[in-house]
Amino acid sequence: MEILKPAVAGTLESSDCMVTVEPGAGQIDLDLTSSVIRQFGPQIRKVIAETLDRLEVTDARVTVVDKGALDCTIKARVEAAVFRSNGIKQNIPWGGAIK
Amino acid sequence: MINAVGREIPDEILKLTGKEPFQGNHYKEGVPFRRYAPIIRPVMNNEHSKLVKDIHEALVRCKAHNGMTVSFHHHFREGDLVVNMVMEEIHKMGLKNITLAATSLGKAHDPLVPMIEDGTITSIQASGVRGKIGEAISHGKLKNLAIMRSHGGRVRSLVTGETKVDIAFIGAPTADEYGNLRGVGGKNNCGVLSFSHVDGDCAEYVVAITDTLVPFPNFPAHISMTKVDYVCVVDAIGIAEKIATGAAKPTTDQRKLMMAEYCTQVVVNTPYFKDGFSYQTGVGGASIASTISLTKIMEERGIKMGFGVGGLTKPMCDLLDKGLVRVLLDTQAFDVDAVTNVLNPAHHRITAGAYANPFNKGAFVNKLDYVILASLEVDVHFNCNVVVGSDGIITGAQGGHPDTAQGAKCTIVICPLLQGRIPAICSEVTTVTTPGESVDIVVTDYGVAVNPNRPDLLEALEKADCVPLKTIEQLRDEAYAITGVPNPVEFGDRIVGIIEARDGTIMDVVREIKD
Repeated sequence: MEILKPAVAGTLESSDCMVTVEPGAGQIDLDLTSSVIRQFGPQIRKVIAETLDRLEVTDARVTVVDKGALDCTIKARVEAAVFRSNGIKQNIPWGGAIK
Repeated sequence: MINAVGREIPDEILKLTGKEPFQGNHYKEGVPFRRYAPIIRPVMNNEHSKLVKDIHEALVRCKAHNGMTVSFHHHFREGDLVVNMVMEEIHKMGLKNITLAATSLGKAHDPLVPMIEDGTITSIQASGVRGKIGEAISHGKLKNLAIMRSHGGRVRSLVTGETKVDIAFIGAPTADEYGNLRGVGGKNNCGVLSFSHVDGDCAEYVVAITDTLVPFPNFPAHISMTKVDYVCVVDAIGIAEKIATGAAKPTTDQRKLMMAEYCTQVVVNTPYFKDGFSYQTGVGGASIASTISLTKIMEERGIKMGFGVGGLTKPMCDLLDKGLVRVLLDTQAFDVDAVTNVLNPAHHRITAGAYANPFNKGAFVNKLDYVILASLEVDVHFNCNVVVGSDGIITGAQGGHPDTAQGAKCTIVICPLLQGRIPAICSEVTTVTTPGESVDIVVTDYGVAVNPNRPDLLEALEKADCVPLKTIEQLRDEAYAITGVPNPVEFGDRIVGIIEARDGTIMDVVREIKD
């Protein structure tokens, strides 16, 4: 999927994360800050990369401000941001690209 | 050398501190020692005045010098103005290499960080540190080791002479010109002065700092004129609304309420819950909620508490007002209700030494049936961590945690399974502050685990069938299944602090954080 316009999903509440996607410069550029970066930094990066991969996003600037979200939350926020950047509000591919 | 809780205490630290590694709770039982006593300068002249015009004069008269140790209490909590006020004057005088021996330090003391960076303060001893000082220590900015010790452990370190205080500054809500000090009656009250009692006994010089000078005699004195060298009157010793906040509103957080209910069920279904039982609890939402739900069951069954002790809060004072507890023993007032409740004749002030010092002839903690505690982390060995955050940064205080946990017959730790994404029930705590041998029961929102060395308690709870019982390993596995297994925090090689056990041995070390 292409990132057509900047889009945001999530909040800065504890146990949530805020994901911003913007059109990229030819690849994925991830800017991650997290309150649990020391313990879960690599795992969070992995989940974000996997989710983008499943959505076939290859060109985006992704900014994630994580406040200790679980993997399922991070996935959901990344997915929501990507779909919003495409203006998709209906026929969300549950069980397909969204797992 | 590996100590009794499995922590590596490097030889260089043992050599540097002259301390032994922790060898178990009863290692120093009955080991005799001679009590330390300071030099006293007698006052006989009836024209002698103890009043000094400012902190500068107090410091000069007390022969303030490079390398000295100054002490403070933390009864003013986050409303404290005394520590910063005195340290600023010491800084202005250009004194260096100061050891700051406070009973605890909090966010109110963030302004001291530049004094750590410029070498004014080079050693810190406290129950713990929060805020910017904790960050500064974890980033290696303090020249010498920070020593974190429990409230009881601090008293021990003074009475054994391990910590020699040159000048003790005692913030006093009221004082008379001859140094009779009280925690009540002034503009900024803290109720009790329990932590400073030992400083009065052991410091070379004792300076009272007050904002409310009252006629002689300020009686009954909580700290006697016989211990006080000088009295200094300042504009304000604290910020009243930050010293004693209003009572915490009972929590509506369902997770905390559930843990509170489990905790109450554990208490009422274990053998010590009978008329005359003794009890201590903390200020966390779940602890307060469990005191409230316990009160109901006590009323229903006609069971009264013999004594309640500790840092006190409104729900504990309510027990006294309802006649459900015979006496309250107070070392620290956590809210306005506790501060004003000290006027009740059955609400007694006790010293931190009587409360928890392991090196006297028996402290109140030894007579506790139940203590309800919180913890940042608990590991599968039941070790607790209340000082170092899961991110490796010093962020809390031992307080009376290790003291009461060892003393009580039934030590219950309430801890949610997850703190955000951090599994609070884990394989190894970041830093051990309270050894697993002191901890009997862990209450989480996912179930209750009993320490295998207490089969009696497990049997009682199994029979009562009142809470979901799990092993501590099951709880850890459930936590990891939700969060993933956390990477160990990366530390540098330098050791920036030690966690001292109650008896002065080394429980664990704290390393510099790697950025």
